Amino acid sequence: MNPDPAITPELVEKHGITPDEFQRIRGILGRDPNFTELGIFSVMWSEHCSYKNSKPELRKFPTTGPGVLVKAGEENAGVIDIGDGWAIAFKMESHNHPSAIEPFQGAATGVGGIIRDIFTMGARPVFSLNSLRFGPITGNGDSARAAAVAHNRRLFAGVVAGIAHYGNCIGIPTIGGEIYFDESYEGNPLVNVFCLGVLRHDEIARGGAVGIGNPVFYVGAETGRDGLAGAAFASRDLTEESKQDRPAVQVGDPFREKLLLEACLELLASGAVAGIQDMGAAGLTCSTCETASRAGTGVEIDLDLVPKREPGMTPYEIMLSESQERMLIIVTKGREQIVRDIFKKWDLPYAEVGVVKDDGMMRVRKGPDTVAEIPAHKLAEDAPIYNREATERSALPEIGTLPQVDPLEALPALLAHPSIASKNWVYRQYDHMVRAGTCVLPGSDAAVFLVREANKILAATSDCNALYCATNPREGAKIAVAEAARNLACSGARPLAVTDNLNFGNPYKPENFWQLRECVEGLAEACREFGTPVTGGNVSLYNQSPAGAIDPTPTVGMVGIIDSPAHITTQAFKHAGDAILLLGDIGTGLGASHYIKVLHGKKIGQPPTLDFAKEKALHEAVRSLIRMGLVRSAHDCSEGGLAVALAECCISGETQIGAEIDLTPFDQNPDAPRDPADLLFNEAQGRIIISVRRENASAALALASWQNIPAYRLGFTGGDYLRIKSSGREWPWPLPGLRTAWWNSIARTMEDG
Amino acid sequence: MKAAVIRFPGSNCDQDCYHVLKETYALDVEYVWHKEASVEQFDLIVLPGGFSYGDYLRCGAIARYSPVMRSVATEAERGKLVLGICNGFQILCEARLLPGALIRNNSLHFVCEHIHARLENMETPYTHTEVTKADGKLLTARTGLLLKLPIAHGEGNYRADDETLRDLNRNNQIILRYSDERGAISGEANPNGSAENIAGITNRAGNIFGLMPHPERACDPLLGSEDGKLIFQSVVETAMKKTKTAAPTTKRVT
Repeated sequence: MNPDPAITPELVEKHGITPDEFQRIRGILGRDPNFTELGIFSVMWSEHCSYKNSKPELRKFPTTGPGVLVKAGEENAGVIDIGDGWAIAFKMESHNHPSAIEPFQGAATGVGGIIRDIFTMGARPVFSLNSLRFGPITGNGDSARAAAVAHNRRLFAGVVAGIAHYGNCIGIPTIGGEIYFDESYEGNPLVNVFCLGVLRHDEIARGGAVGIGNPVFYVGAETGRDGLAGAAFASRDLTEESKQDRPAVQVGDPFREKLLLEACLELLASGAVAGIQDMGAAGLTCSTCETASRAGTGVEIDLDLVPKREPGMTPYEIMLSESQERMLIIVTKGREQIVRDIFKKWDLPYAEVGVVKDDGMMRVRKGPDTVAEIPAHKLAEDAPIYNREATERSALPEIGTLPQVDPLEALPALLAHPSIASKNWVYRQYDHMVRAGTCVLPGSDAAVFLVREANKILAATSDCNALYCATNPREGAKIAVAEAARNLACSGARPLAVTDNLNFGNPYKPENFWQLRECVEGLAEACREFGTPVTGGNVSLYNQSPAGAIDPTPTVGMVGIIDSPAHITTQAFKHAGDAILLLGDIGTGLGASHYIKVLHGKKIGQPPTLDFAKEKALHEAVRSLIRMGLVRSAHDCSEGGLAVALAECCISGETQIGAEIDLTPFDQNPDAPRDPADLLFNEAQGRIIISVRRENASAALALASWQNIPAYRLGFTGGDYLRIKSSGREWPWPLPGLRTAWWNSIARTMEDG
Repeated sequence: MKAAVIRFPGSNCDQDCYHVLKETYALDVEYVWHKEASVEQFDLIVLPGGFSYGDYLRCGAIARYSPVMRSVATEAERGKLVLGICNGFQILCEARLLPGALIRNNSLHFVCEHIHARLENMETPYTHTEVTKADGKLLTARTGLLLKLPIAHGEGNYRADDETLRDLNRNNQIILRYSDERGAISGEANPNGSAENIAGITNRAGNIFGLMPHPERACDPLLGSEDGKLIFQSVVETAMKKTKTAAPTTKRVT
């Protein structure tokens, strides 16, 4: 074995540790760290593990509420009560950097990591969502763009295949999510994955190394040289040279994880487990020091006992490996045989590698030699905290005058844009029906899932329109939360709680840090307003390619509950002859809209604003109309505004149903826009389109206005056209053309080039 | 009457099958670990979907060597009912309990969606009965009946040599074919490239049934289809009848 390199300033810098941080480490140890210890500090004090640049911001989130059983930051995932002794654990995490370099494995191991976070809590994972962002996959006609577009497609196809590979094999349905395509993600795609699990209140497992003298078991896959220091890699900008970081990308084996999941749940049910923690980012390092730190104990392990994939691995490599599908389990002394029996049954490696101590140290031995010795709590919790400088970004240009586009052409163009188009090419590749609980197939406002073991119907959605955040991060973040809550309301659900994934650029750049702060404050305010505590999540900084930072993307994952199967509502029109109603105002303003982006290729103007009081009243009104059994379909207006929402109601069902819409009455409304593009495609918030039986229309309108919600009769369903009339003009769109534009757009792009 | 759901390492539809048999049909049902030596005490044996052994090497190729498969083969030869769904179908083919093989979808993509499958033979233990749906409507087995069922597989492209296909046709062993919503058997309605749009077959004796669609995901109106009940109801009725007629025989012997 080569001797460890000497600790030089260059080596320290290479580990991403600043001179100040190095002094802090010396203070903690009372000496210089050795090579292994330096590696351990570098991963534990990376942004990915320590949140050193974001912690003061994250403290602004509301994290408590009557249903919160495990708070954000306490354990691997938050836990929320759903009634009758049942609870859910859920969380979202990013795997952006690995996916940029190695899309298939990067995305696959992202899924694997988030699933482990959930079953570490003692919960059985029941479904997943994902929120993805890529550079444009269209526009390769321009020869200067052809290579970039081809690369974006390769990343998109690879990420989708990776998610499918892992999720399908392990048997957890991927039932929804969102995908956007935008120039700002070129070279730095975002892969945010969400998983939710279900458990009884008394089954919540903890990640503490409790019980002095308890044995520490390593279970799961052998440790290899893959994913070395991945957490540190994730905490740097992506550059041309990042391709050389491919060894920092882990390789996943969903089959192993399926066995590990079943074995761990079986073991947890046996009562032999005192503490459990997955080995995710920073692998063995993170799991040993965090379990010790949580319990206020120490953990001592012997690396000679760790199952390894190859001989000759150094302590540095073993401690920093991010090999997948591994767990650390603290076993109640005397129950060791139960662990051995269960892991033998599942044909998984296991080894007793250490013991819980009372000295607060994380001590790593290799046979007789001590190779690292660090106070566990200081390593896990005493990373430096930085308050970064924040500078407001200069405002984007106003809209000005734009050339007119015929709405007859604009609507199909919007529907065919990959950000708005149907994602069936993607979700067909995901097993979205395993576990026999998917009540609403992917593609409606929210995913709806029946959790059989608990007999509860859950709804979940992930949302973030980063165009809004790019122009106004605070408002954009508020809207992300509001849209999530609105999607749940349209599905008949009451929101319960939120997980978030904060994706931003390099925090050392004051503009980027300002965006982070604005978004966090916007999210926090909105989560308070909607009564949805943040139960955890993830921060991903350094999302930067040589072209610059990504648009700020604070992805919101929101979970709600539906009280009765009769309340499950979807977006598509159900019957011809129903009345179509708009709840909310007709709205105006094209700032930061998809209309301007798609038809004019610009990101300009101020995004719509959010009125919390109106928004909350709207959601309540929709829910109460649904509870009364009046609503046959409900869909909110988001990207592409009223016209796109109406088109989606027409073409997203099993059978297509047209609509005859008359907006002429808005001529009398002084607030209604006169410009057709503004009228049809503005993205004003707080608007929901519902369809009701014709005879129930008056009742629904009356109930809405009784709750102070503006409500309008737009027309009725039926026919083979979406036809919109407005003050003497008329736009008839034949449904087959709209359907083809929307349904086939991504498949055509990906398969025919 | 007892039913077994075999659990291979990597099975992931085991709980869904168990749930339908237990909750919808109130059967005495047990999980059987693949290392068990015998399934002799069971009247219905279900090989569920999933990725047994991670689908490494080839789908079902390793699972067929699981200890329990020897007993499954013996019981199948004795006429016990064996139902293989998705990965279960692949394992039955690998074990040579059903003819043919399932290879990669011709799109090279995993595909998950609802499809229509046309019932080609209404006189099997799995496809002969009538069920009442939640809305009171009847679903009655008849040749040409369309079943709306989910599929979810990467390797469901059924292949067999010409002679085998001829035999399957001649002996009415082709039970389900992919079709469009009007019942037409076309290339467009074929989600994976299967020969003759084959979605499910039986062995010559008719007691072993393998199919790629997932009937266990179509037994609840909340999930968008109850058509899977036709298959489960049929096989449960068959098994019940068998055990009832078998019981007196046993008595006479003792």
